Amino acid sequence: MLLYVLKRLGLALVTLVLLSLIIFFAGQVLPGNAGRAILGPFASQQAVVALDHKLGVDRSLIAQYWSWVSGIVQGKLGTSYQFQAPVSSFLWPALGRSLKLAAFAFVIVVPLSIFGGIVAALNRGRVVDRVISTTSLSLSTVPEFVSGVVLIVLFAIGLKILPVTANPPSGSPFLTQLKYLILPAIPLVFILFGYIARMARAGTVEALDSDYVRTATLKGLPRWVVIRRHVLRNSLLPTITVIATQTGYLIGGLVVVEKLFTYPGIGTLILTAANDKDFPMLEAGVLFIGIVYLTATLIADVLYTVLNPRIRLGASE
Amino acid sequence: MTALDPTGFPAADEAASAVVSGGTSIGAAGALDVSVGRIRREQLHQLLRSKTFVVGAVIVLWWVVCAIFGTLFVPFNATATDILNTNLAPSAAHWFGTNNVGEDVFSRVIVGARDILEIAPLATLLGTVLGTTIGLAQGYLRGAVDMIVGRIVDAALALPIVIVAFIFVVAVGPSTLTLVVVIGFVFSLIIARTVRTAVLQERELDYLAAARLRDERVLHVMFVEILPNVLGPILVEFTVRLGYAIFTIATLSFLGFGVQLPTPDWGADVASNYGYLAAGFWWETLFPALAIASLVIAINLIGDSIESVLIQ
Repeated sequence: MLLYVLKRLGLALVTLVLLSLIIFFAGQVLPGNAGRAILGPFASQQAVVALDHKLGVDRSLIAQYWSWVSGIVQGKLGTSYQFQAPVSSFLWPALGRSLKLAAFAFVIVVPLSIFGGIVAALNRGRVVDRVISTTSLSLSTVPEFVSGVVLIVLFAIGLKILPVTANPPSGSPFLTQLKYLILPAIPLVFILFGYIARMARAGTVEALDSDYVRTATLKGLPRWVVIRRHVLRNSLLPTITVIATQTGYLIGGLVVVEKLFTYPGIGTLILTAANDKDFPMLEAGVLFIGIVYLTATLIADVLYTVLNPRIRLGASE
Repeated sequence: MTALDPTGFPAADEAASAVVSGGTSIGAAGALDVSVGRIRREQLHQLLRSKTFVVGAVIVLWWVVCAIFGTLFVPFNATATDILNTNLAPSAAHWFGTNNVGEDVFSRVIVGARDILEIAPLATLLGTVLGTTIGLAQGYLRGAVDMIVGRIVDAALALPIVIVAFIFVVAVGPSTLTLVVVIGFVFSLIIARTVRTAVLQERELDYLAAARLRDERVLHVMFVEILPNVLGPILVEFTVRLGYAIFTIATLSFLGFGVQLPTPDWGADVASNYGYLAAGFWWETLFPALAIASLVIAINLIGDSIESVLIQ
C-alpha cells in the first residue's frame, strides 16, 4: 500500500519535471527574443541586448531552466515583466479567488450529478434515463462561454434577476458574493454534470446487475434497502475518482468563465500575462495549474486504492 | 489502463474503454470468417435508421453548406462595417441585428462556419493519423517505447487541453496552420492512449501470435494486421475528437488566440461583442453562441450513434 503510494508519487514527480520542461520550452524558447518582444520593433539593438542581459535570457538554455526551476522550488516565482513586481504577489490572491469559484461550482454539481446519475440508472432504458443522459451529454459538449452567454441573456438581461459580472461591490456580505458567483458557476456545472452523472450511472448499473444485489433482492430485502446498502456503496467508488480528476478540467474551464464574467482569478491572470507577453507570470500560472491537477489526480488514485477493497487487499482485479 | 488515467477531457477514458469492446467484437467477427463487409453495411443501415444520427447529420450538413456557399446567399457582406447602423436590434432588414461596428450579425453567423469547419476536421485528421501511429507503436512494441511515450503523454495531459493549446499558440502566434498543428498534436496524444488500449487487447489474440511466428515485419503487423481490427474505436475517437476540436477552437477564438478578426468567426464574434451585453445588446453575442452550440451538439449526436451501433 505504502509502496503503491510512493510509486504514484514518484510518477507524479517525473510528470511534473516533464511538464516544467514543456512549459519552459513553450514560454522561453519558442517566443524567441524576450527583450525584443517587450520593447517592440522600434527599440535599438543595444537596448534589447541590455534588457536581455538584465532579464538573464542571454544565458544558455540549461542555465535559464535551472535558475527558473530552482527558484520555484525555493518559492521564488520570478518577477513579472509587466508589473516589475514578484509574480507571487499576484498569483496567490488570484488562485484563492479561483478556488472560491471552483469550490462553489463543486458544491452545486457533486450532489446534483450523483443524484441524476443514480436516478437515470434506476430507470434504465426509460424516458427519464434517456432525457438525463442526452441532456447531460449535450450540456457537457458545449463550450463554457457559449452556455455562459445564453445564461447571461436569460437571467441577467431577460429576467434581470442576476448580475452580469462576477464582481460584487467591495465589502458585500457573503451571501451577496455568492449571488454574483451563481451565473459564472453554472457553465462549469454543466460540463461537470455530464461526466460525473455518466460515471454515477455506469457504476450504479454495474452494481444493479451484480450477483450480490440479486442475492439481496431474492433474500426479500425491500428495494430501497437494497439500493442504499448494496448499490450505492459500490456505485459511488468510480464516481469519487472522477470527481477528483475533474479538478484539473475545472481550472481550464475557469480561464474561459473568468474572462466572460471579468473575474480576477488565475485564468484572467494567465490570459493577461499572455497578452502582455509577460512570460514569468504566464509560466508560473500554468505550472501551478499543472501542480493542482497532478495533486488532484494523485489524491484520486490513492483514494480509489484505499476505498476499493479488491485493490487494498492486494488481489488482482 | 486503469480507470484513473487522467486526461484533459475525462470522458475520453470512459469512451475508450467502452469502445474497445466494440473494436474487439469486430475483430472476433473477422476471425469467425463472417464477411466484414456485410456487417459494415448492416451497421450503416442501422445508423441511417437512428433518429439522433439523422438529426445530427442534417445540422452538420447545413453548416457545411453555409461554410462552402455562405458568401453567395447572405444578405450583406459579412465584413462590411456601417458606423451609422451599429447595435441595431433584429429587424426585417437585419434578421439577427447588427453588431458594435455595424456588421450584419446574420451574415457573419452564416459565413462564420467556414474557418472552424476548415480547421477542426484538419486538426482532428492530423491528430488521428499521428495518434494511431503512436498508439500502434506503443501497444505493439511495449517496453521502453511505451514507457517513454506514456510519460510524455501524461505530462502534456496534466494540463487542460485548452491551456496546452493556448500556451503554444501564444508562443508561436495564432494562424490557421498553428491551430491545426497544435490541436492536432495535442489530440494525437489522447488518441494514442485509446489506440494503445485497443492494441493491447488485440495483442493477446491468436492471429498476432501467428504473425509473430511467421516472422512478419513489424510495420506490416502494425498497419496491415492490427490496424483494420482497431478501426472501430479509432472512428469513434475521430468523431468525439472532432466535437472537442470545435470546442477547443471556438474557445481559443473566444480567448483571442484563435481565428482573428475581422474574419467572421463565432468564438471571436462573441469575444468582441460580449462587453455590450450589459447594455442590453444581446443579439450580437447570442446568435454566434447558439451557432457553436448547435454544431458541437450535432457532432456529438453523430458520435454517440456511431458508438452505440459499433458496440452492439
